[in-house]
Amino acid sequence: MTEPGPVPKRPVFLQPLQIELPVTATVSFAHRVSGLLLALALPFLVWTLALSLHDPAGYGRVLAGLQYPPVRLALLVLAWALAHHCAAGVRHLLFDAGIGTTLAVARRSAWAAHGFALAVAALVAGALW
Amino acid sequence: MKARYGGLRGWVLQRATALYLLGFIIYFSLHGLLSPPASFEDWRAWMQSTGPRLAALLFFVAVALHAWVGLRDIAMDYVKPLGLRLAVLAAVAGGLAATLTWAALTLSG
Repeated sequence: MTEPGPVPKRPVFLQPLQIELPVTATVSFAHRVSGLLLALALPFLVWTLALSLHDPAGYGRVLAGLQYPPVRLALLVLAWALAHHCAAGVRHLLFDAGIGTTLAVARRSAWAAHGFALAVAALVAGALW
Repeated sequence: MKARYGGLRGWVLQRATALYLLGFIIYFSLHGLLSPPASFEDWRAWMQSTGPRLAALLFFVAVALHAWVGLRDIAMDYVKPLGLRLAVLAAVAGGLAATLTWAALTLSG
C-alpha cells in the first residue's frame, strides 16, 4: 500500500447544497450508504435471530420489539437500504454484463433503482403502521 | 503490498456473493410473506431443517465476505492515514469474523 503524495494546490468547491449531482451519482452514493447501513445492522440481525430461536420468551421479545417506534423506524430505514442496495446492485451486475451502459438507459435505471427502493419502503411503512 | 490480482479477486468475490445474497433474500422474503411462522415451535422447526439452515449459514458466510469487500473499498476511499486505515480494517475484519462466528453458533445449536 503506498501513501498518496502531497496534494497539489487546486481550487476546491465544496458546497454540498450548490452542487447538482446527476441521478446516476446519487444512486452510486446511496449504494454506498445503504451498504454501510446494512453492514452495521448485521450484528443486530444475528442478535435477533439468536434471541428468536432461543426459547418462546425470546421469540416473544422479538415480536414485542416491533411495537416500539424506534425499532419500526430502524426497520423502515433498513428496508429502504436493502431494497436500494439490491436494485442498484442488480443494475451494476447488468452493467458488468454489458447491458444498459448507454447514458440514457443508465439514467433511467438509476431513477428506477431510487423508485423501487422508495416503493418498497412505502409498502413496509404500510405494513408496520 | 499490492494484491497479486490487482483487486480482481475482490471484484469477483463481491459479484459471486451478490448473486447468492440476492437469491437468498428473495427466497427468504417470499417464504416469510407467503407462510409466516405461526409460533416459536414452527419458526424453530423451519430454521432447524436442513435446507433453510444450510442456506442461512451460507448467507452469513457470503454476507461477511461481501461486506468485507465493500467496507474495505469505503475505508480505502475515505480513511487516508495508513495507521488509522489499518486500525479501521482490523476492526471491520474482527467485527465481521465475530458476527459470522455468532451466526454459525446460533444456526448449529
